[in-house]
Amino acid sequence: MAKSVQQRMMSLNGDEAVAWAARQSNVDVVAAFPITPQTIIMERIAEFIHDGLMDSEIIRVESEHSALSASWGASIAGARAFTATAANGLALMWEILYIVASSRAPVVMAVVNRALSAPINIHCDHSDSMGARDSGWIQIYSEDAQEAYDNTIQAFRIAEHENVQLPVMVMLDGFLISHTMQNVQILPEDVVSDFVGYRKPSRIKLPEFYGEKEIPLMLNPKYPISIGPLDLYDYYFEHKMQQIEAMKRAPEVIKEIHKEFAEISGRSYGDGLLDPYRAEDADALIMGIGSTMGTMKAVVDELREEGKKVGSVRIRTFRPFPADEIRELASGVSSLGVLDRSASFGAEGGPLFMEVRSALYSLKDRPPVLGYIYGLGGRDMPPRLLKKIAEEVLSTREEPERPRVGYPGARE
Amino acid sequence: MAETKWVPNIRQIAKEMHERGFTGITPGHRLCAGCVAGTIVRQVMMAARKPVVVINATGCLEVATTIFPYTAWQVPWAHNAFENAAAVASGVERAQAKLIRDKRFEGDPDIEMDYDIVVFGGDGGTYDIGLQALSGAMERGHKFMYVLYDNEAYMNTGIQRSGSTPFGAWTTTTPAGKVIPGKPVGKKPLVDIIAAHRIPYVATVSPYYWNDALVKFRKGFEADGPVFIRAFSTCNRGWYNAPEESIAISRLAVETCVFPLYEVVNGVEWRLSPPSLAIAKNPEKKKPVEEYLKTQRRFRHMFEPENRWMIKRFQEMVDYEWELLLERAGLKG
Repeated sequence: MAKSVQQRMMSLNGDEAVAWAARQSNVDVVAAFPITPQTIIMERIAEFIHDGLMDSEIIRVESEHSALSASWGASIAGARAFTATAANGLALMWEILYIVASSRAPVVMAVVNRALSAPINIHCDHSDSMGARDSGWIQIYSEDAQEAYDNTIQAFRIAEHENVQLPVMVMLDGFLISHTMQNVQILPEDVVSDFVGYRKPSRIKLPEFYGEKEIPLMLNPKYPISIGPLDLYDYYFEHKMQQIEAMKRAPEVIKEIHKEFAEISGRSYGDGLLDPYRAEDADALIMGIGSTMGTMKAVVDELREEGKKVGSVRIRTFRPFPADEIRELASGVSSLGVLDRSASFGAEGGPLFMEVRSALYSLKDRPPVLGYIYGLGGRDMPPRLLKKIAEEVLSTREEPERPRVGYPGARE
Repeated sequence: MAETKWVPNIRQIAKEMHERGFTGITPGHRLCAGCVAGTIVRQVMMAARKPVVVINATGCLEVATTIFPYTAWQVPWAHNAFENAAAVASGVERAQAKLIRDKRFEGDPDIEMDYDIVVFGGDGGTYDIGLQALSGAMERGHKFMYVLYDNEAYMNTGIQRSGSTPFGAWTTTTPAGKVIPGKPVGKKPLVDIIAAHRIPYVATVSPYYWNDALVKFRKGFEADGPVFIRAFSTCNRGWYNAPEESIAISRLAVETCVFPLYEVVNGVEWRLSPPSLAIAKNPEKKKPVEEYLKTQRRFRHMFEPENRWMIKRFQEMVDYEWELLLERAGLKG
């Protein structure tokens, strides 16, 4: 902490903070398509480039599908690529999400969480990125504009790390973060530049009969390779295993880079995977994702003052899912509440609820878990409602016979 | 821009390629015998002026040439999906520009950044599902050459109609039924649509006319901006022609004006190429479409007595397009 450098305090909203991070991160190519509430990211980047403040190529594509496709093209050509989207834009990218991850292209994308249509809605929930949870991208969720800035910078290092080589999505809540002004600490340009460096394509070993040689994994006439071939039942599975292994290696890298960033910035968020708040001695823990967990911290303080031992845990990385860390935190607690800002229709609860319960299964002494689906389509989650949830969780000592999921904030 | 000083000496090119052991795609690729997609790729490679990077839309060419762990490609090659090859190429092109501008890999003996970008897409990936990405890339002005190998149906999935399937043709989704005999509508005028983007260079090629094709591909490489070339590409599995007749049919398509050869410069200057210009000057040389249709069993039902009207209709459609072309090229009255 003491070593951290002099930073500049700026009034920025979340989108602007992300644009600043991209500006400072030696991005070579930006390809994006506007969509509320992401548009400001793209607009600011365009302004930076047009004013000569950011040295990147910008491709103003005709759709999000092309935004991610062009980002992939830039990435396999050896460049650092950045894109950003939200909701329906992310849905339009669906096909390419999987391709980018499977071909191990370290693209970084900001996803400004917004409810998916229909009905069309521009406000925050996590249905967009939660639907992409199995696409093979690393997913890091932010609590506020400052963290969105910090996460975006770290994302390039994580994505391009030789042990990872996977694309990273950085999430920020639509409007709640994206359009809300906040004092954001901006690091000096050279400090960020040194931290992220320039994209260096990873190297792959040539088959032995070519001799001992490692070649760059990119489009390169010096060493032509075929990227994206047809891959059938004789090899596909092994390639998927490599992807699974890469994701398993990601938590260590995320933690390491998070720590390194903390040293220069003075800012850290738990261990990088989970951000617990007054959790050590808590009887009840409330787990959740995104900006609501910022409100939750204030609610925890209020409850503590009333002598109620409640703590909170904010999940930063949903992929890779920090199951070990969650087990550790949950093992001494009497009850757990899980907040989901998206529904999984027909399932027993929201995505986070299901994953948390699954993680706890191997514990001998499992606390009861209550699920809450809230805030769909931007419905407000006020402190009083969070307090009510926390009190309900605190008073629960037995696992309900059937999974219990509430819908706080929804009209009956 | 639409001119080149380059004169292809095919013997010299073939000799050099043989000595280098380089043809772009190697023999042993798994394209069907009689498929000319591979021929088109080689003609592109023969016209190359510097190293080439290939972006391939999903389709026969992609599937046949790259079954892991094998690849037939001797050049850097990438495939992402069906409808986005032009968007991928946009990203490659901007990345290349940035990395060269930054001198990022200068001095790295293992990396070469000076290359031309070629996209290969079939008619499915170009006329239909990929049209949006292609239009966007053309409008933005990226410098790459998009080569459409047009075999007039979704051949990779097994002969389903596309926006390029000609009037009357049998496909598995436009069967030659008793009530509806084949495809009820004609082709989408894709070259017109692309030319309307006012890009520097648009052309059509047929592999039989290799000299014309090589010169056009070379012009495509040399052009300063987006280039689109539509290549006539027979498919004996989908057209039911004799595999050994592919090249002869490539000639017949031009002689019947089913597939005229021409260039469009900057979207406004339409020029007939020598084989088609010869027909324009001597209209009696124009062969009836029937000669073309009878080489392919996909048109067989049109020869049934109750369907003969379809041949006439086909001829009218070809004549209409031909006259339109002559008018655009300033060759009418």
